[in-house]
Amino acid sequence: MHLYPLIYRRLFLLLKYYIFLSAALFLSSTNLYAEINGEQLYSNNCSACHGANGDGGVGVPLALPDFQYGVTNRYLEKTIRLGRPGRVMPAFTQLTDTEVKAIIKHIRSWAPGKPFKYSDKKINGNLKHGKQLYIKNCAACHGSKGEGGQGTGVTMSRPRDLPIIAPALNNPGFLASAPDMMIKTVLMNGREGTPMLSYLKQGLSEKDIDDIVSYVRSFEKAQQTTKNEEKISPAITYESPFSLEETVASLKRAIIGKNFKIIREQYVNQGLVEKGQEDKKQVIVYFCNFNFLNRALAIDPRVGLFLPCRVTVVEHKGKVIVMSSNPLYMSNLFNNENLHKLCEEMYQVYADIIEESTF
Amino acid sequence: MKSHSFTTIMFSLFLALFTASSYAEELLMVRTKQNFPEAMLKLQDTIRDHHYSISRVQRIDIGLTKSGYETDKYRIVFFADKKEVSVITNNYPHLIPHIPWKIAIFAEQQDTLLVSADPMQFSDKNHPAADKYLLKWKKDLKKIFNEMRKSN
Repeated sequence: MHLYPLIYRRLFLLLKYYIFLSAALFLSSTNLYAEINGEQLYSNNCSACHGANGDGGVGVPLALPDFQYGVTNRYLEKTIRLGRPGRVMPAFTQLTDTEVKAIIKHIRSWAPGKPFKYSDKKINGNLKHGKQLYIKNCAACHGSKGEGGQGTGVTMSRPRDLPIIAPALNNPGFLASAPDMMIKTVLMNGREGTPMLSYLKQGLSEKDIDDIVSYVRSFEKAQQTTKNEEKISPAITYESPFSLEETVASLKRAIIGKNFKIIREQYVNQGLVEKGQEDKKQVIVYFCNFNFLNRALAIDPRVGLFLPCRVTVVEHKGKVIVMSSNPLYMSNLFNNENLHKLCEEMYQVYADIIEESTF
Repeated sequence: MKSHSFTTIMFSLFLALFTASSYAEELLMVRTKQNFPEAMLKLQDTIRDHHYSISRVQRIDIGLTKSGYETDKYRIVFFADKKEVSVITNNYPHLIPHIPWKIAIFAEQQDTLLVSADPMQFSDKNHPAADKYLLKWKKDLKKIFNEMRKSN
């Protein structure tokens, strides 16, 4: 009488262990429990910008010997964690500490030898004198307010003979990662393989260099503390009081009126369905201003993601809706302050065009 | 009690799995050692291998060159699944401005770079049912990019 329930109970227990084991095996095949492989992690997270072998490109050439010896593991760790807000390099907050260490170990494999060690000693130089020296010696490359060079590395947006663009010294990610003594050492020795010169060889004294370091550190206090938390919609959407055909015609007039060139008009599912089967109530108008496009590419070669400009007009549930992706929202994905200014300009163009075509 | 603990463990495991895959990244980006013409062909093949159709290719570099600007090879590949496009346009019009999906592909000296936005960036709490499409696109994009990374 009691035998069957016991067998069933054991079978049920076995089934539970089987499910649990299967789940564990499945998990072990995912990244969650995969063996930490620095090379693989570097390839997945860093190589697109820094190059497979650290040669640089969109990002800094990490394999450069002078860079390797000049930065500490702590600097690299903080840089990975904090990124460079507004300067393309994202903050990799999703990586574990072990994964970050594995990436650094892989980066270090390109240059055998020990990097410099810096003390945490604060340098208290003369700010006023440091500012004068900074404007004279550093501002041409790093910007008068330490904003750094424009562009993103050595893609077509930069001359290819330059291995690096001047870092933004006022960047909170940089300032939090680089101790005073590291900045001083770079100023004293320069960085071979980059335009950064040794300022001792340029005739400055160690005291002068201390003054510059103090001035660079003062950028920390000048940082803006207010952050814009306004929620931005991913799309710009307007309802049109006109028919779809009238709206499209009006949209095209508005585009031309803004000095943009219409490069194509097509149905949303054109090229996906057989010719003649397209949904004629869903139209995309593509347009471009090549001068604007050239400026955008010079700032960030990844902008193709929201180029060429496009506005979609659809008839949905009896309403004609005009919509486009929102450049301000897209800008947030790029972590590029300079691009953001252009996106603000672009947002205004979109808003004007769509508004004009729907009123 | 034991059964309750077991259920909790299983639920936690699957929750961990789900959250790991639904995390929204800003941009998906990959470098391939292939030169631009090879990478362009490989990308189109890989997109088709994942059951998407290429709706068009925008030749950004040609337009720029014709307008007198110097540029390297730069294209935008638009692609989608026709059935998914139909579902999206009918049920989730807030996603219409972002479809067909696109990948920017451009030369970086001898290598080629590819960039796309993470579809989960367009997730909207008012339309949670659309997330299954966004998640699928994200997973497919990651697979496509992984294949591109490995193809040297």
